[in-house]
Amino acid sequence: MGAIELVEKSQLADRPAMKSGDTVRVHVKVREGDKERIQIFEGVVIGVHRGGTRASFTVRKVSFGQGVERIFPLHSPTIQKVEVTKSAKVRRAKLYYLRDLKGKAARMKDTGKS
Amino acid sequence: MITGIIGKKVGMTQVFDPDGTVHPATVIKAGPCVIVQAKNAQADGYEAVQLGLVEETPAKANKPTIGHFKKANVPATRMRREVKLAPGGDAVKTGDQVLVSIFNNGDRVDVVGTGRGKGFQGVVKRHHFGGGAATHGSMFHRAPGSIGASSFPSRVVKGMRGAGRMGGGRVTIRNLKVLRVDADNHLLLVEGGIPGAPSGYVIVRKAIAPHKVKVAQVEKPKKGKK
Repeated sequence: MGAIELVEKSQLADRPAMKSGDTVRVHVKVREGDKERIQIFEGVVIGVHRGGTRASFTVRKVSFGQGVERIFPLHSPTIQKVEVTKSAKVRRAKLYYLRDLKGKAARMKDTGKS
Repeated sequence: MITGIIGKKVGMTQVFDPDGTVHPATVIKAGPCVIVQAKNAQADGYEAVQLGLVEETPAKANKPTIGHFKKANVPATRMRREVKLAPGGDAVKTGDQVLVSIFNNGDRVDVVGTGRGKGFQGVVKRHHFGGGAATHGSMFHRAPGSIGASSFPSRVVKGMRGAGRMGGGRVTIRNLKVLRVDADNHLLLVEGGIPGAPSGYVIVRKAIAPHKVKVAQVEKPKKGKK
């Protein structure tokens, strides 16, 4: 094990295996004043960027007709948990083409497993 | 008290705070070092120690160098550097080990290394000259411009800044914060970048002019109330 992996090991959070095309519910801790609550961001993973503690993933959802994307650091302590609710068959690692599609065209073929 | 240690840059990563703040961090494999020579005020005029960085591959040393190491009764090392001694602490003697545990979490350190060479560079990159306009008919882009008067003095004054070799020299980054000390694996995690490329040698020493560490203020002082 390299020195960088040794340093990063204690930082790695337990996250489910996810890939592009999965629908996820990300439970994010939000601080308001001195109170803390959980906010859920639900959408499609359109890209996963690997690399130890530096790994991140991009989630896209359409909110009131407006596309919203959030990039989460995968191992950030502000993420309480990530649930994978659906998986879809996709043929790209990065689903940036979804940005140009809407409605029926933006559907994906469900693989059935969750 | 020994104030520094020799290390090798491993690479960069990032570290999370409990509130999710991300800090850039550099991993340094620091030590183990051995004291090859102890210098004192009587014989040498100042207090210091010469450290050698113990590495896996044995060093190639010529006979005079082997003799120097033999005095301390330690195997020859490839890298040797001198660090100052701070007053106080135990007396040092040759052959002693110096480990990364001389630092603590939250300490301020200076990191000295050899910066990356940038090659032959123009004045805009090398000396931060402004350069000219790119468009609007300007024909003056990245040239240095005038470098002096004509018939008098008929030469360029010394010290005129121009294009040339940039980088590759000794660079010191001061007041980096120690994020973590891993004594078991001889690893040191400092916040921010350090000079040079990965696998370059660096000296990590206690900050000679440490910044005051900011303490988070719980409540803002109110004006008018005592």
